[in-house]
Amino acid sequence: MADLLQYFFSGITQGSIYAVVAIGLSMLYRSTELINFAHGEFAMFGALGLVTLWGHLHLPLPLAFVLTVAGVACVGMVFERFALRPVKDPNPITLVIITVGASIVFRGVAMKVWGKDPVALPPFSNLESIEIAGAVIVPQSLYIVGAALVLAGTLHLFFRYTIQGKAMTACAVNKKAAWLTGIPYERMGLFAVLISAVSGAVAGIFIAPVTMNTYDMGTMLGLKGFCAAMIGGLGSLWGAFAGGILLGVLESLGAGLISSGAKDAIAFVLLLLILYLCPGGLFAQKSAERF
Amino acid sequence: MSINCIKQIIQLLIVLTLVVSPFSTVDAASVYKIGGIFSSTGSSSFLGDPEKKTMEMMVDRINAAGGIDGHMVEAVIYDSEGDPAKAVSAVNKLIHKDKVIAIVGPSTTPTTLAVVNFVERARIPLISCAAGIKITSPVKPWVFKTAQSDRLAVAALYGHMGKRGVKTVGIITVSNSFGESGLEQLVSLAGDYGITIAAKESFGANDTDMTPQLTKLKGISPDAIICWGTNPGPAVVAKNLKQLKIDIPLYQSHGVASAKFIDLAGDAAENIVLPTGKILVIDQLSADDPQRSVLEEYETMYVSRYGGAMSGFGGYAHDAMTLIAEALKGSGGDRKKVRDALENIKDHVGVTGRFSFTPEDHNGLTPGAFVMVEIKNQTWNLLTD
Repeated sequence: MADLLQYFFSGITQGSIYAVVAIGLSMLYRSTELINFAHGEFAMFGALGLVTLWGHLHLPLPLAFVLTVAGVACVGMVFERFALRPVKDPNPITLVIITVGASIVFRGVAMKVWGKDPVALPPFSNLESIEIAGAVIVPQSLYIVGAALVLAGTLHLFFRYTIQGKAMTACAVNKKAAWLTGIPYERMGLFAVLISAVSGAVAGIFIAPVTMNTYDMGTMLGLKGFCAAMIGGLGSLWGAFAGGILLGVLESLGAGLISSGAKDAIAFVLLLLILYLCPGGLFAQKSAERF
Repeated sequence: MSINCIKQIIQLLIVLTLVVSPFSTVDAASVYKIGGIFSSTGSSSFLGDPEKKTMEMMVDRINAAGGIDGHMVEAVIYDSEGDPAKAVSAVNKLIHKDKVIAIVGPSTTPTTLAVVNFVERARIPLISCAAGIKITSPVKPWVFKTAQSDRLAVAALYGHMGKRGVKTVGIITVSNSFGESGLEQLVSLAGDYGITIAAKESFGANDTDMTPQLTKLKGISPDAIICWGTNPGPAVVAKNLKQLKIDIPLYQSHGVASAKFIDLAGDAAENIVLPTGKILVIDQLSADDPQRSVLEEYETMYVSRYGGAMSGFGGYAHDAMTLIAEALKGSGGDRKKVRDALENIKDHVGVTGRFSFTPEDHNGLTPGAFVMVEIKNQTWNLLTD
């Protein structure tokens, strides 16, 4: 019983990482219909930025947090302005391939700046692991779950109740019509990528203490985050959160109860099964047929 | 002049350059070219990077001393990025384009196993820097290696466990060929040392959470847990073990024997015991150890040139280069003679250990190449019992 609970907790630890990355991916898809394969790299920049500012320069954590997020936001804006916006024929497949290319560039830059070795960071607070009924959970994973919930909540409110949020959704639904009603869609696109970079940086910062931080960590994060977003239904923020946790728990249960060698296989077979049974994802928006 | 005519002239020029260029390289034949394939970037760069640096350093040293029989040595080094496919393309370049006499590397077992067939076919001596026992067992005529076999590491580890009264162990290995080879040796030698393996778990090379596997091991409660992998996975195992408050002694493999592991695992590294080459504890070795002077010389040379901490991995390339230099003497650059000379080298004291090659043993090391160390106060502590 304690074992089962431990597998569950381990799954939440791992799943919260997937979730916090997936939320940013889902958000960008919702507002621009773009799948950003460089999202994992935004998280990588967040984590490595924290390594430099907090781990090496020993700035206070809140200051390091703000500076890192601001830095990654700048990277995001430059990326949108110089890589995405100048595209003459912005159909989704072109843009997706551009994001793949950008992810490779970002990895290369990070390798030059931070080197090739993995770096570990201490957790935010020096608390002992929390023990519940014989199972243990690390405080940092609670922070990650918290960060994911706050991120999803804030974005949810933003899309629901602010004029900018609604304008962004409008741009995603039909760019031309949005433009006709007076929405500056170019600025909205920039804004969307900016928010996505910020959410990626936040994700990277929170997961930095529980993972090994290297220039190529973004690949795994992006891929698993994408899976999580797919399970939850692309475009749904809460779906991304649930999808991430579900993927993490499935992996952990697979490793613990069946075989640790087949851990990834088990998770992916279940993923395929879910997508087969409900192709839009578990929390697909009812308004998927918007056009 | 018609366009056709210009075309013909251009074609002629191309043909001429293609035909003539092989002859223009004849002059360079007096240089002994030695190839190197190291994973100097990518996840196993902690192996390849010091190896590449060491090889460059050794080549400069040989040349500064006047070369080998008057021939200068030139290193042609490619980066495999730890990818077997890239190692294969590198070995083909070394064989067909660079026409090297011998090859040092690759750095990892998967990349080495990928290139073995190519060097066998091309008949080029290769000295691998990887540990996997499959590289030299069964013996392949042209393939040697300087890294200690996993079998020796397991023997040293089990020998130590016997003294500590460990009877049952739980094993957690990385799911790549380093882990699989380790697992194979751990299983096959367990009986000889009276050790029972209670459970076998594995983890992916890039996993960042091993708590499910450790929870499973905790339920079985063995006398000790053995983790067999290379960074960063084993550091995660050490950390997770501490987070889960599991109070079972943890043993690691020589795959983590570098300062980086202590860096990554932090406090969780305390009290971990592992087999390693003598390079980590040079100043703790007894003064009459023949390896001590070789190790000290290598350390001074490496640190004064590159600075920073030194790991044992660069030593594999050091030994490979001294062995090749030894074998090249009097060979006139003939690959067959180099291979035969390598096979007959006896009692060659290197950084990793003492090499005595025979036609049946292309690793040439004995269990004495390993010592057991314990991590105490963030540093390595030689265990003598």
